[in-house]
Amino acid sequence: MTNSIKEIAGADFILAIGTNTTESHPIISLQVKKAKRNGATLVVADPRRTEIAELSDIHMQLKSGSDIALLNAMANVIIAEEIWNKEFVSTRTEDFEALKATVAKYTPEYAEGLTGIPADVIREVARGYAKANNATILYTMGITQHICGTHNVFAVANLAMLCGQIGKPSSGVNPLRGQNNVQGACDMGALPNVYTGYQAVTVEDNRGKFAKAWNVGELPAKPGLTVGEMMEAAAEGKVKGMYIMGENPVLSDPDAHHVVHSLEKLDFLVVQDIFLTETAALADVVLPAASFAEKDGTFSNTERRVQRVRKAIDPVGNARADWQIICDVATAMGYTMSYASASEIFDEIASLTPSYAGISYERLEQGGIQWPCPNSGHAGTMYLHKDKFVRGLGKFNPVEYIPPAEQPDNEFPFVLSTGRRHFHYHTGTMTQRTGTLEVHYGTEFLEINPADAAAINVTEGEMIKVKSRRGEVAVQARLTDIVPQGMVFTSFHFPEVAINKLTNSARDPVAKIPELKVCAVKIEKAS
Amino acid sequence: MAEVTLTIDGLQVTVAKGTTVLEAARQAGVFIPTFCHDPELTRFGACRMCIVEIPGMRNLPASCVTEAAEGMVVYTESEAVIEARKTILELMLANHPMDCLTCGKNGECSLQDYAYLYGVKTESFGGEKHAYPLENDNPFIVRDMNKCILCGKCVRACAEIQGKNIVDFAYRGFDAKITPAMDVPLSASECVFCGNCVAVCPVGALQEKGLRSAARTWEVKKVKTTCPYCGTGCSFELNVKDNKVVGVTSCDGDVNGRALCVKGRFGYGFIHHPDRLTNPLIKKNGKFVESSWEEAIGLVAAKLSAIKANYGPDSLAVLSSARCTNEENYLMQKFTRAVLGTNSIDHCARL
Repeated sequence: MTNSIKEIAGADFILAIGTNTTESHPIISLQVKKAKRNGATLVVADPRRTEIAELSDIHMQLKSGSDIALLNAMANVIIAEEIWNKEFVSTRTEDFEALKATVAKYTPEYAEGLTGIPADVIREVARGYAKANNATILYTMGITQHICGTHNVFAVANLAMLCGQIGKPSSGVNPLRGQNNVQGACDMGALPNVYTGYQAVTVEDNRGKFAKAWNVGELPAKPGLTVGEMMEAAAEGKVKGMYIMGENPVLSDPDAHHVVHSLEKLDFLVVQDIFLTETAALADVVLPAASFAEKDGTFSNTERRVQRVRKAIDPVGNARADWQIICDVATAMGYTMSYASASEIFDEIASLTPSYAGISYERLEQGGIQWPCPNSGHAGTMYLHKDKFVRGLGKFNPVEYIPPAEQPDNEFPFVLSTGRRHFHYHTGTMTQRTGTLEVHYGTEFLEINPADAAAINVTEGEMIKVKSRRGEVAVQARLTDIVPQGMVFTSFHFPEVAINKLTNSARDPVAKIPELKVCAVKIEKAS
Repeated sequence: MAEVTLTIDGLQVTVAKGTTVLEAARQAGVFIPTFCHDPELTRFGACRMCIVEIPGMRNLPASCVTEAAEGMVVYTESEAVIEARKTILELMLANHPMDCLTCGKNGECSLQDYAYLYGVKTESFGGEKHAYPLENDNPFIVRDMNKCILCGKCVRACAEIQGKNIVDFAYRGFDAKITPAMDVPLSASECVFCGNCVAVCPVGALQEKGLRSAARTWEVKKVKTTCPYCGTGCSFELNVKDNKVVGVTSCDGDVNGRALCVKGRFGYGFIHHPDRLTNPLIKKNGKFVESSWEEAIGLVAAKLSAIKANYGPDSLAVLSSARCTNEENYLMQKFTRAVLGTNSIDHCARL
């Protein structure tokens, strides 16, 4: 997030696009509700009529995957009506003319054909966003899990820069991150192309700095494989051994059959987890890890706030903290890795990572700190890009609409989209074992519009088969107009409804994110 | 900012204009008991427990809804005030199940605390008592409306923190109670079981089902930590008894204040689930066999080393975890790059 969570309450215009905030980020949605009570305008762009869509002033029920057409059309209106922030664009950005040229053809009428949103509504929303004192854009995987995910984010950023709605309180571009420490895992360099703090592995000075700190001769210069590419390489026999810590790609990744096939092909797979997940079941060795309650450490949240995780109990059984296990394996491989505490590891991180340099366990006792925090006297950073962008001028990256990789057709007439439910989390490894959540919400279902259900003679609660070109699952039907006609929706929380057997692994060429929000399916009666 | 100076129990106190007498007293370190007041919620003035004596004012005003004024003189523990507070407590206890011995909130109950403070030993007023059935039909929250003192904090928490407006006052007089619309149980309402009402309840009317049946309030050690679910980063306290996590309670989080969602507050049961892995497993003839750490680590090190030696570092790949700590992710990429010798490390940020 460029802003902080609490700043959302201070926005007077909120565009929530591709985020089911009340279910996936309930506590962040409280700030949206607060803003609304303070008089803010809330616009929600989502194909589904979610709870936050119900709360909105305007719900733009766009066609799945048509976000760029919508965002470009908003930019088109804002430029045509001369309501863009001329001072911001001239002093803080570059390549405005390129954006202007690209969005010229995205008139609201043209976009109406692609998105299904009336041209006048697009105009109204564009004006509201441009003219607001503080407008914020919230998004999640509804923007990113598309083959054009990176371009979707560019389109969001273009709009924010065009209107100068970034770099000030309550006003910015705010991806709401889905996992407790997904921000931290990225910050820490658990990515194939960067070390901590996004220091590129391709830069020789960076390699030299880390090689020296880690006391090794040299470090590899070539960026590594992303998770999807690893699975491809494993299937092709190029990757022979994998070490998976705290992840369950068999359920979370698209095209589950392919993932299983890839992992089975490995010569050696070691999985480190707190449960014997669907992925761990395929391993040669499983290492039992401690849960968050059993170890010290830090998580970095979606607003870049580094906060303490504190050990409350001893690890169950003979489980060990993940950091201790990694040290044990490294040491057994001849590289001595030894730390007395998590705090000592954090100090090493701070010494190598400019954005974390001023943070320490001692300071975190007083409360969380938002990076960048370059030195121990720095209070942390509430919002980013205040006077300048990281690269200097903000660059407009004009982008064109492209349709999703797989479109519904006669054989597979429905669009399937996937997401989360309020009472569960990700692959359900934890929330299916709480004694509470799975008791309350124990069965998954597929949302289908009543008109579509009537057309194929499906009734409420009936078991149906959902099939794509890649696989099928059986699931109960729930007839609801939360989904529009032509679309069905379910979550990936339930192993018995392993919906990622069906999803499409077509990926964004830059971020390599799979298009989990759109694939084509057909529905058949189970019997 | 305009200021006013008033005198509270003989202490001169200067506060910003608009400050209530209660807030002024708290700023000056003077204790005034409250049930319905909460600094995060709108001022309500319902329970009257915070009454004070202010010469010149008619009756005893509730300090939580009385603004401090220049030259005001306040007595927080005068004879009249204490007498009135005792009567309020006696009236509350007249219709309260006196089952503190087994109540899950025993030790963390404002009614109990104030009864002790003012020496109100038992019910002075006989009369009719409520006999509402216990609402126990959901896995998260137990509602015992017999214990409710109608302070309305849960109503305001639901409306003003959670923004759901699930519960409100219903009926009149003696029959007044807090319910969802149409007097149905929470399970039949649109309640999302965030439990933010439970977190503000000053008595035993709303209790966390798991926590309050697992430990007495004084038996738990509370450890502040960060929620393991989504990326919001809510703070809460793990309640620990006998080296077991028995519940989660709110604390004052940087991000969330006291608010939590159902997963954060009630989704801790996985920690001690019997499915937890407690020993390393090695697959032998297609079946997992428990092993020692030494054997498992030795095998992993040998296999990874052999693949690296035979096929090169890029034949190895690592998935780190958005669920693990920064320290663990840091070490995992250090291990991948410095020990395995490849940059093929990723995690599920894209999912």
